[in-house]
Amino acid sequence: MLTSNGLRLAVDIGGTFTDTVMVDGQGTILATAKTPTTPPNPTLGALAGTERVLADTGANWSKIQGFIHGTTLATNALIERRGAVVATITTAGFRDILEIAYERRFSQYDINLVKPDLLVPSARAFTIAGRMTASGHQIEALDEAAVTALANDLEASGAKAVAICLMHAYANPAHELRLRALLQRALPDLVISLSHEVSPEAREFDRLSTTIANAYIQPLMARYLADFQARFSENGLTCPILMMTAGGGMTTIETAARLPIRLVESGPAGGAILAARIAAETAEADVLSFDMGGTTAKLCLIDQFRPQTTRKFEIARAERFIKGSGMPVRIPVIEMIEIGAGGGSIAHVDRLGRLLIGPESAGAEPGPAAFAKGGTSPTVTDADVIQGLIDPDLFAEGQLKIDTTAAEHALVQHVGEPMDLSAAEAAHGISEIVDENMAGAGRMHAVESGKDLATRLMIAFGGNGPLHATRVARRAQVERILIPRDPSVGSAVGFLFAPVSFEIIRSRYSTLDALNLADINAFFDDMLTEATGVVRAGVPRGPLTERRVGFMRYQGQGHEVEIPLPDHELEAKDIPALTRAFEKEYSRQFSRAVPGMTIEILNWAVEVSSEPLALRPIPEPSTEQSATPMRRRNILCDVTGKWRKADIYSRASLRAGDHLAGPALIVEPQTTTFVSADFSARVDGGGNIWLNRETEHSDA
Amino acid sequence: MRKPNTRLQVMWNRLLAVVEEQGQALIRAAFSPIVRECGDISAGIFDLQGRMLAQAVTGTPGHINTMAEAVKTLRDRFEVKDMKPGDIFLTNDPWIASGHLNDFLLMMPVFHNGAVVGFTSCTSHLVDLGGLGMGPEGADVYDEGLLIPPCKLMDQGALNALLMEIIKANSREPIANEGDIYALIACCETGAARLAGMMDEFGLNDLDALADYIIEISYQGTLDALTELPKGTWNSVLKVDGYEKEIDLHAALTLADDHVLLDFSGTSGLSRKGINVPLNYATAYAVFALRCIIGPDIPNNAGSLAPFQVTAPTDCILNAQAPAPVAMRHTLGQMTPDLVYGCLSQAVPDRVPAEGASCMYDLPLRHVAETALNGGETFALELVFSGGTGARPGLDGLSATAFPSGVWGSQIETTEAVAPVLFTRRELKQDSGGPGSHRGGLGQHIELRSAIDEDFIVFLSVERVLNPANGRHGGMAGAAGRIRIGHDGADLPGKGKVRVNAGKTLVFETPGGGGFGPPQDRSAAAVRRDLEDGLISSQAARDIYGVDT
Repeated sequence: MLTSNGLRLAVDIGGTFTDTVMVDGQGTILATAKTPTTPPNPTLGALAGTERVLADTGANWSKIQGFIHGTTLATNALIERRGAVVATITTAGFRDILEIAYERRFSQYDINLVKPDLLVPSARAFTIAGRMTASGHQIEALDEAAVTALANDLEASGAKAVAICLMHAYANPAHELRLRALLQRALPDLVISLSHEVSPEAREFDRLSTTIANAYIQPLMARYLADFQARFSENGLTCPILMMTAGGGMTTIETAARLPIRLVESGPAGGAILAARIAAETAEADVLSFDMGGTTAKLCLIDQFRPQTTRKFEIARAERFIKGSGMPVRIPVIEMIEIGAGGGSIAHVDRLGRLLIGPESAGAEPGPAAFAKGGTSPTVTDADVIQGLIDPDLFAEGQLKIDTTAAEHALVQHVGEPMDLSAAEAAHGISEIVDENMAGAGRMHAVESGKDLATRLMIAFGGNGPLHATRVARRAQVERILIPRDPSVGSAVGFLFAPVSFEIIRSRYSTLDALNLADINAFFDDMLTEATGVVRAGVPRGPLTERRVGFMRYQGQGHEVEIPLPDHELEAKDIPALTRAFEKEYSRQFSRAVPGMTIEILNWAVEVSSEPLALRPIPEPSTEQSATPMRRRNILCDVTGKWRKADIYSRASLRAGDHLAGPALIVEPQTTTFVSADFSARVDGGGNIWLNRETEHSDA
Repeated sequence: MRKPNTRLQVMWNRLLAVVEEQGQALIRAAFSPIVRECGDISAGIFDLQGRMLAQAVTGTPGHINTMAEAVKTLRDRFEVKDMKPGDIFLTNDPWIASGHLNDFLLMMPVFHNGAVVGFTSCTSHLVDLGGLGMGPEGADVYDEGLLIPPCKLMDQGALNALLMEIIKANSREPIANEGDIYALIACCETGAARLAGMMDEFGLNDLDALADYIIEISYQGTLDALTELPKGTWNSVLKVDGYEKEIDLHAALTLADDHVLLDFSGTSGLSRKGINVPLNYATAYAVFALRCIIGPDIPNNAGSLAPFQVTAPTDCILNAQAPAPVAMRHTLGQMTPDLVYGCLSQAVPDRVPAEGASCMYDLPLRHVAETALNGGETFALELVFSGGTGARPGLDGLSATAFPSGVWGSQIETTEAVAPVLFTRRELKQDSGGPGSHRGGLGQHIELRSAIDEDFIVFLSVERVLNPANGRHGGMAGAAGRIRIGHDGADLPGKGKVRVNAGKTLVFETPGGGGFGPPQDRSAAAVRRDLEDGLISSQAARDIYGVDT
């Protein structure tokens, strides 16, 4: 798949813009395009972007030998409730799994809390008798005689898709498989998602919720993917299209159509893949990726060139991004902290006189007040404009007019007057709060992961990442930042470095000291066969890598620790090493192991992936020289809070080995890198900008 | 340029983030299921005077106030001038810490530039402290386990090894206890390091200006919320099941311009069983309930808590004195919000929900003694299930949802994976939500039996079996809780030890929440939707709501 000749193309369809990137066989970026997303049919925007990069490079369709696609369509369909009418079938006696959930309120003090709508009302929740135990043993046969009546009920309910989630199906899927076969016979047009295929983990609520989400978007995504493939083929695309997944790997259109839930949040995953790739190229083992766009900021920890992953996240969290307020989904994903802090995030003053930023966003429409498209609320971008950090003449290559007066008016009216601050003071205050929010989220995430932020290299991208990087880094005590090339299309660039891969996480309970080795090895063989089949569909030849993991915990605890397993059949002599590995990792996270306590495992994972593209070493610049600024302007210094002159540089004219001192602005078409007064900048041989915090300023 | 107070606000946010970090770390490292499922922990930061500046928002309100008061007590017990870096103080005295012996509270002085600038504190529920264990059967607190008076756990960074040995020697779960205590120590230490680090970063020598800012703004915000409420005194009585007899909880709530006074005078006397409640714990739940209505957006700290005062005569069950047994103090503690809302709903009828199931259905299950003797499969499981919450003034109650506690319910699949039990049913109980123009939340119907044909034991300490959740303003009561063995078995009382024989099914139903407003005012569309969803029967739709189906 990752061929070394021919062109490769990545298309990332976001909510507002579609990013397209073309690289040559060596991975050198030849062209990028940012085109408006076309909501009625997003494929049209993707075609427009592709045609633009083809025109820019003079290449034709037949030269494209690799095509990777990521889209927010799956996520947006869930957030905007545009999916199919879904019904559920659960085991008799357990009709209300979705309603009961974890019996929990997501906000402790909110008397008027409304729980998330999980798409299937009780009226469309059906059951069928038949029961498996936790060990996969059948204690009651499936009630096949009831299927006819069930099919009638399903039809009467108007359901176009059904999510089947039977008790302990992860341990024995026979009833789910049989029920699908019977229902397909009765209702050939019904789209069916089985819980053991979508998310084979124990915990009936999470598995049901994930299966519903999959069923909900399956008809829509299948139509979309078929249409996308047809239109690109008509235009002359001859290579297969691979889809980016939330786990950071690529998969075939066929797998994507069957398990579309794996496609959610694939754009942000691309950003993390890019950061991991740069980490590998620059041999930086501890990295924090920081992706700040118009609505949210996303942070991801990357250790030893691997983005941190998790098995659970939530879609469509309610306001303030409160944990537990969204739809839980259990699939392998790159773990991101997402907070409502972007360029469009709106500032307001609460009744205690506190300045709060976001999570409400002015979005692309009407956008920040400074964009003069009808927005009147003060946003983070407006604060950046007032602080002089966005040069109105150079913003978006002069294509978008910046209205400084409108920004000032919005700041004064909504923040300055209630808090008795000038526009500049309000702007400074907004920055302080929003940058602290992002740094705080990063710190919290690192602590929750048992890791440290301060020693990391921050890799910043997204439309607003390079602009806020130094300010967020300082608050997180991060000293070094890297701004990659083409940072505003970072996710699409990342797609081009993803392997073809598939990960399966499945439950089987045991204590470590009583592990049945034959049983667990057969269990792993099953998972490996399934995952390899999916990967081989996308990459028929070439070496594959396997990764096996057990999620271990002390008996009595809820927190699981991910422990890599040897890449061969488990043997009795491996167990002491696994115990030691668990205790070591546990001590790292909690400062001390608890010797003598039983270790248990509920969940296991395998990941099969193709080999990544070979790394290209970054050449050392042959010369070192001071960069030449193009102009100067007044900015409000974020370190001293005083106005001062800053140099402005054009990124396009920076050369390898150039260095410059803050305060400075480095401008490129879609974004600006702000070099704070306490930072210096240097350009490496690969075109990356390195920002280093100068220690003599550390007391400033 | 003049620095706006956003700098103080940033530091306040930082403190709130630090206590949340500490809280999350404690939950992840804890061995007790009640911590894992209920978040029964707390973490806080205090200034030099012992004023609480920030406290983690966790799953249970049982530590609100109690921690704020406990740190003041410990700080007064030991001389600040004698404290050294690395010292940590400890107690589990129910009347100082959090109402029963299982809650351990640690306090650590924070040093910055060689002087004490404040304190960090944390609390967590330990698995076992010996005695009769977690259950209502103790005759006094001495039966309930080991009590550790305020003492030094760490002396300049060195562990008090004898104390640790004593704690382990008095527990059925010594390894888990040791693990939990180390987690508490780590929690205090990281909190202290982070606070000192923040003071370095912002160039602070002391916390005075920050503390004054946080406390003043929170105090004023709470008073502002209070000005919206009418002033006066309102009385209420709540009858609850109790153990050996029913109990009357009395409250008089006074709303004044600058304070809120809650008095429990008239409340019944002590129980002989361990359902008595120390006042610090009753106060925690009562103040939590009030703060849900009065200034819920203001974080917990000395300022936001200052206006709330709670008093009770010393002979009542909500102000149990040592050595009364108190192990299951949460059973009645969790009922105090309904008591308080009985008063508050008279003052602000349109802001207070109806009564709910309130007391969590905490079901500890164990193997029987013979199983252990015969070498059979032994197990101990602590399951928590919730009933329905009371209908809200503008919304239906929440079905099968914890309130006032924030417990997490269990998942059947993971429960069956780790213990030899088999669930045959867990569904919402039709018609259990109290009828009203807004309906109460539904309770659950749950059935389980032994998966290995062995007898097992259940320890019950639940409420609302005799006294269901009442409705408000014309809303009707929710269904009572109900426990029996087999569908045709006799109803069992809500407290005590029950043996479920092999092959028999334990059937229990958690209570529904009360309704709000007259049922006939409920829209026909809402009634029909409830009917379609199976939440009510067609008989209830017709007879109670007057909607033909």
